[in-house]
Amino acid sequence: MGGTMQIGLGHFLTVSAILLVLGVFGIFLNRKNVIVILMSVELILLAVNLNLVAFSGALGDLTGQVFAMFVLTVAAAEAAIGLAIVVIYFRNRGSIQVEDVNLMKG
Amino acid sequence: MIYAIAVFAPLFGSLIAGLLGPFIGDRAAQAAAIIGMVIAAICGPLALFMLVAFDTAPSGVVSLGTWIDVGRFHVDWALRYDALSATMVGMVSFVAMLIHVYSVGYMGHEHRPKYRFFAYLSLFTFSMLMLVTADNLLQLFFGWEGVGLCSYLLIGYWYDRPSACAAAIKAMIVNRIGDLAFAVGIALVFFKFNSIEFPSIFASIGLHQADTYDLFGTSFPAFEVIGFLLFIGAMGKSAQIGLHVWLPDAMEGPTPVSALIHAATMVTAGVFLMARMSPLMEFAPTALAFVTIIGGTTALFAATIGCTQTDIKRVIAYSTCSQLGYMFVAAGVGAYQVSIFHLITHAFFKALLFLSAGSVIHAMSDEQDMRRMGGIWRKIPITYTVMWAGSLALAGIFPFAGYYSKDAILEAAYAAGGVGYYGWICGVLAAFLTAFYSWRLLIMTFHGAPRADKHVMAHVHESPLVMTGPLMVLAVGALVAGFLLKPDFIGEYWPEYWGLSIFNGPDNHVLHAMEELPGWVGLLPLLVGLAGIAMAYWWYMFQPGIPAAMAARFPAVYRFLLNKWYFDELYNWLFVQPAIKLARGLWQVGDAGIIDGMPNGVASLAADGSRQAVKLQTGSLALYAFVMLIGVVALLTIFLMFG
Repeated sequence: MGGTMQIGLGHFLTVSAILLVLGVFGIFLNRKNVIVILMSVELILLAVNLNLVAFSGALGDLTGQVFAMFVLTVAAAEAAIGLAIVVIYFRNRGSIQVEDVNLMKG
Repeated sequence: MIYAIAVFAPLFGSLIAGLLGPFIGDRAAQAAAIIGMVIAAICGPLALFMLVAFDTAPSGVVSLGTWIDVGRFHVDWALRYDALSATMVGMVSFVAMLIHVYSVGYMGHEHRPKYRFFAYLSLFTFSMLMLVTADNLLQLFFGWEGVGLCSYLLIGYWYDRPSACAAAIKAMIVNRIGDLAFAVGIALVFFKFNSIEFPSIFASIGLHQADTYDLFGTSFPAFEVIGFLLFIGAMGKSAQIGLHVWLPDAMEGPTPVSALIHAATMVTAGVFLMARMSPLMEFAPTALAFVTIIGGTTALFAATIGCTQTDIKRVIAYSTCSQLGYMFVAAGVGAYQVSIFHLITHAFFKALLFLSAGSVIHAMSDEQDMRRMGGIWRKIPITYTVMWAGSLALAGIFPFAGYYSKDAILEAAYAAGGVGYYGWICGVLAAFLTAFYSWRLLIMTFHGAPRADKHVMAHVHESPLVMTGPLMVLAVGALVAGFLLKPDFIGEYWPEYWGLSIFNGPDNHVLHAMEELPGWVGLLPLLVGLAGIAMAYWWYMFQPGIPAAMAARFPAVYRFLLNKWYFDELYNWLFVQPAIKLARGLWQVGDAGIIDGMPNGVASLAADGSRQAVKLQTGSLALYAFVMLIGVVALLTIFLMFG
């Protein structure tokens, strides 16, 4: 054993938590770009996937990995739709700055 | 049967003209209304002659069916067929028919739809016929309100004139005041007699003579109370002093309407009511004295105003008011037969006067102010002649109709004594003034130098035959109605003529006492009438400066009369302005403040709340995301801690 460190469930969860927090902060500290928000959402989903896979490995249950595949699919779809919206929005408004996206302001 | 046809023919004419008028056109609608009236004018007098002259038809009741049947309250639709009703039906249908025919000519230049006018005229006549043939108080009230409604519609016929609308509303409202008293009177009759059918009321008069109504600890004799209330109703309809203010304003309607209101229908309803309710009124001596006083006062008061008015129709309107006062004097002293006699003769000559005034107005291109007439008697000789006939009858000059009936009223008032003397004095003074203002009207309208402008004078023309025809018929009526009807109405045959339709109390011998008066009483009205005519000639024909000089010498009196005793101003100050203030208060505080205020407040509360709520939507995506996150965290916390 010595200096080698066994990578266990706790490490996975830590990475996943860091990813989640990064994603969250990416969303609400970001004042610039809508694409960054989409990327942050991807990060959060990635954190979730990592959790699912880690628990699947630790518990010896394949269900978690199957779910991870679902989440990947959904994430791909979400990215496609989100980017499409961004493109259309840019075409209509000429900007995808976050502070410009405020048509629904009361 | 003939009787029912006389009553309902005008209704059918009216329905055809009114409902089908827009589709069949004005000419067909006019024809329908006139055919209905002609049928009525044939059947009405025929039914009268069958009843009183040939004795071929017994008096009785033509029942038409049940109207209301609630508990003890039972009312039938029925036509009462007795001398009083049949006389009224004969007169109303005949005079109204002539007015209908005349209207064809008078309304010839009217550009608005005429079917409406004829439908209202016929409906008016029908309402009056329902009123006079009623066999119970409710049906009488139905006709009573019917004539009120039709007068409103016809006075306001030129609905685009603000003055006509105001006059129509005024007529409606002033009549409502009288009608309220009348309705209460009917209710009290039912309360006492358990019925409002005339036969059962009259049959049980004797049982209730000592009855009283107790109110606030005071007892009032029942018959006096009912008599007072019914008379107040009659005052409204018959334009007696106090409730007369609508009548002069009613001149805003077309002239045939004035003729119909003043001669055949509407204003005579009050006098008829007194005669119809004579079995009850005879036992209400105080109410009768009140009737005499009001009648006498009105006769004099309206005559004084008539002397200063310059609108030709208003002069005649005040003369109607005055003549109705005479009729009430007669009714008040118990001579109901005499009041109906004057009602009938008055119908002829007043319709004549109004229609000839209409003919003058027609000739003068719709000018009504006598100060801008004059010098036209050669140009419209027929109108001039019949106007003379009407004025002679109105002033009571032998042998015209008014001579007999007005004399009879004054004799009855004198014979009755007591409060009758008051009516007599007022009546004699009014007779002088009547003659004076009638000839003032004649001279100002027809004689002297023309005061209208050249275009109007060049256009003066005699009316067509459709207008002069009815005038001539009425002129004959104004000439002969007096001596033809006198023997039957108040002369030697009156007990047979009236039969049981008019009741005179056991102590009421006024109709006999009239015959035994000293000769000067009968001669006096004629003499004062001639004096009035002479004075009018002196003032207006021979020395035309006098009226202006008198007006300048007595400005207060002149202004008082010119402003119609300031009745309108008084009512305006006493009732209209406070009502407007009250209405404004209720509008601004009650309606706008409270009734509108509550929903408006709720609405603005919601608007203000949402204006605040809308601030939550900042448009900042980051904030939305943050809130979502906080929400997730919060939900998770709750789930973990309490789940």
